[in-house]
Amino acid sequence: MSDHQSVLAQAQAPDLAEMTMIGAINSALDVMLARDDAVVVMGEDVGFFGGVFRATAGLQKRYGTHRVFDTPITECGIIGVAIGMGAYGLRPVPEIQFADYIYPALDQLVSEAARLRYRSAGEFTAPITVRSPFGGGIFGGQTHSQSPEGIFTHCSGIKTVIPATPYDAKGLLIAAIEDNDPVLFFEPKRLYNGPFHGHYDRPVTNWSGHPSAQVPTGYYRIPLGSAAVWREGMDVTILCYGTMVHVVADAVAEMGDVDAEIIDLRTLIPLDIDAITRSVAKTGRCLIVHEATRTGGFGAELSALVQERCFLHLEAPVTRVTGFDTPYPYSLEWAYFPGPVRIRQALRAILDD
Amino acid sequence: MTSNSPAPPPIANHPPLRLHVPEPRFRPGEEASFDGLDIPAAGSVRQPEIGAAAAEFRDLAYTLVRVLDDEGRAVGPWHPHLEPERLRRMLRAMALTRVFDDIMFRAQRQGKTSFYMKSLGEEAASIGAAFALAGDDMVFPSYRQQGLLIARGWSIQDMMNQIYGNRADRLQGRQLPIMYSAKDASFFSISGNLATQFPQAVGWAMASAARGDTRIAATWCGEGSTAEGDFHSACTFASVYRAPVILNVVNNQWAISAFSGFAGAEETTFAARGIGYGIASLRVDGNDVLAVFAATQWAADRARTNHGPTLIELFTYRAEGHSTSDDPGAYRSAQEARNWPLGDPIARLKQHLIGLGEWNEERHAAMDSELAAQVRADQKAAEANGILGHGLHQPLEMMFEGVFEEMPWHLREQRQAMLDEQKAAGL
Repeated sequence: MSDHQSVLAQAQAPDLAEMTMIGAINSALDVMLARDDAVVVMGEDVGFFGGVFRATAGLQKRYGTHRVFDTPITECGIIGVAIGMGAYGLRPVPEIQFADYIYPALDQLVSEAARLRYRSAGEFTAPITVRSPFGGGIFGGQTHSQSPEGIFTHCSGIKTVIPATPYDAKGLLIAAIEDNDPVLFFEPKRLYNGPFHGHYDRPVTNWSGHPSAQVPTGYYRIPLGSAAVWREGMDVTILCYGTMVHVVADAVAEMGDVDAEIIDLRTLIPLDIDAITRSVAKTGRCLIVHEATRTGGFGAELSALVQERCFLHLEAPVTRVTGFDTPYPYSLEWAYFPGPVRIRQALRAILDD
Repeated sequence: MTSNSPAPPPIANHPPLRLHVPEPRFRPGEEASFDGLDIPAAGSVRQPEIGAAAAEFRDLAYTLVRVLDDEGRAVGPWHPHLEPERLRRMLRAMALTRVFDDIMFRAQRQGKTSFYMKSLGEEAASIGAAFALAGDDMVFPSYRQQGLLIARGWSIQDMMNQIYGNRADRLQGRQLPIMYSAKDASFFSISGNLATQFPQAVGWAMASAARGDTRIAATWCGEGSTAEGDFHSACTFASVYRAPVILNVVNNQWAISAFSGFAGAEETTFAARGIGYGIASLRVDGNDVLAVFAATQWAADRARTNHGPTLIELFTYRAEGHSTSDDPGAYRSAQEARNWPLGDPIARLKQHLIGLGEWNEERHAAMDSELAAQVRADQKAAEANGILGHGLHQPLEMMFEGVFEEMPWHLREQRQAMLDEQKAAGL
């Protein structure tokens, strides 16, 4: 039984509500703002307006401008200020409006937040959770579509978390906020209002009726560093996260004849290595799927780990399905996106090997 | 037409454009004279009311707040009227900083550590501020504010242990020498990256204000670092939220080998950076510890009474190289330090105290030798815990601690691999 199912089994019906991923993120922030008065939410447009994706809607009204506030448009400043607030004793949850805008904050994230505990031998820490929508699928062009997680997983001292469902988004975000280390919480914006299976030409789906949209209204957490088995199977292990979990699951379902084990990593650092090796040892085949560019991406790390640890179990080369090493091409988005066709072809090649 | 086509010929009568690349006035071997420098007389600059709007005294960003005149008298509206005992404590803190710098600089030359940075000539920038702030006001220093820690009475031995990265180093041998961290002294962990501490200080100050605390924050960077985006982000945040923070720019004229012109000093002052943000801005004689004290106290009073941030340019001179890694004789005239028209901060306070009848040459000489003996004794004690690269270091596995609060599996594996590697090497 998945941890979602077990929580649902224990939960009383009145504690559950159907939520979109945006609603679940809003609920996590609400729960944490109420539980811990050190939590502050900050970022561009997050205050009165409630965020360009509505993730912070209503929070300023409920908690006031000292707890939920708009900031100037300087990502470097937002993260630097959050680090200072963290050093004071607050627990800031800054939003970077799009992951594509995170680069001006890179130095504050990787040289400051990620190093503060280490360089001060624990005197100062940066217990901040940086929320940021990432990934493509909304015709956002090259400045509203990127998946920069691999830049951060390469840096020591920072955790990277990526949910794929409303239920996971809330539980992981609460765990991230409570974590005493800096956490990057990348939110797959294509999933905000509904699951996406990679079929851009089919009607948009919403979270309504989806089992993982049944979310406890109160506090719960999903520990960082634990993957979820989305689908059990014997033929091949598919490692994925974020939007790609849904794309992969749908591709496998449509193929009909592939018994794939789909693992939603949920946290890249720290990585649930046991879930990966256990699965690959069982299936002997491994496909890695991410939307981010290919070269030096997190898939390369996953591929190396599987090869190092499961070599004798492998019956086919570890394979990657990824975005291409180009900027995200605006009008050609669907040729870039690692969709069902690319996944299907890769699976056939692995299984034929 | 391809993108490699040459530019079309100029049209009309426009003159050819010229690129201006700044050049310092004096290079090695040249006479250095500061005769043209505009130095207002001590005491000639007014002191605005604590609650005055920043727009009412923008002129103070283009002058120099000075208290000590050429004869060592304290004059004018910024004269802080400190007790002689307090003046002597400031003098002692500056002298201790200088002797500490001197001994640790030599320790680096003797191979006992890899790196050191002196604050020679700019001790007042730190010491004057430290005496004006409350002990629990949070300071976010750059790497040349060792004087803050010393003025707050921090253990010299502890600082040396950090410089040596030895087995007693509280920072566990993880940080470059002089990148201290001392939470108990309200002294933030120093970064080697420039101006990153500026928005952090503003954030700390914002949190203090949001919580209804009474403590304020202060931060320092060099004039060269004002070019960093972090500086401008910090000014924007400080202004927008009227953060209770003091933003200090130590203009010591040189950023390694780049003179202040490469940070914009040919066109305006660094204090004037604050004007565009609507921040109260002062330009202060950084070699006049009483002026530094008075300006900091004034700024602290403003911050504490919810009148927002102050930007202070401390106009001084870096009398040594940037660090042990550069030879200033290779890029600037050696005469500059000798001819610096604002003198030496220790000599000026000493002269003032002597003029008050509260000090004399004998006491000064006795203080210097007492401090030197004390620092040498501290050095001996610190070296008993090891120097860089000579055995008495932190346990090797410490390198894996503190990356995260809890060590994840990949670091545990790497720690084991390192220990196996040491074993295989017979170590």
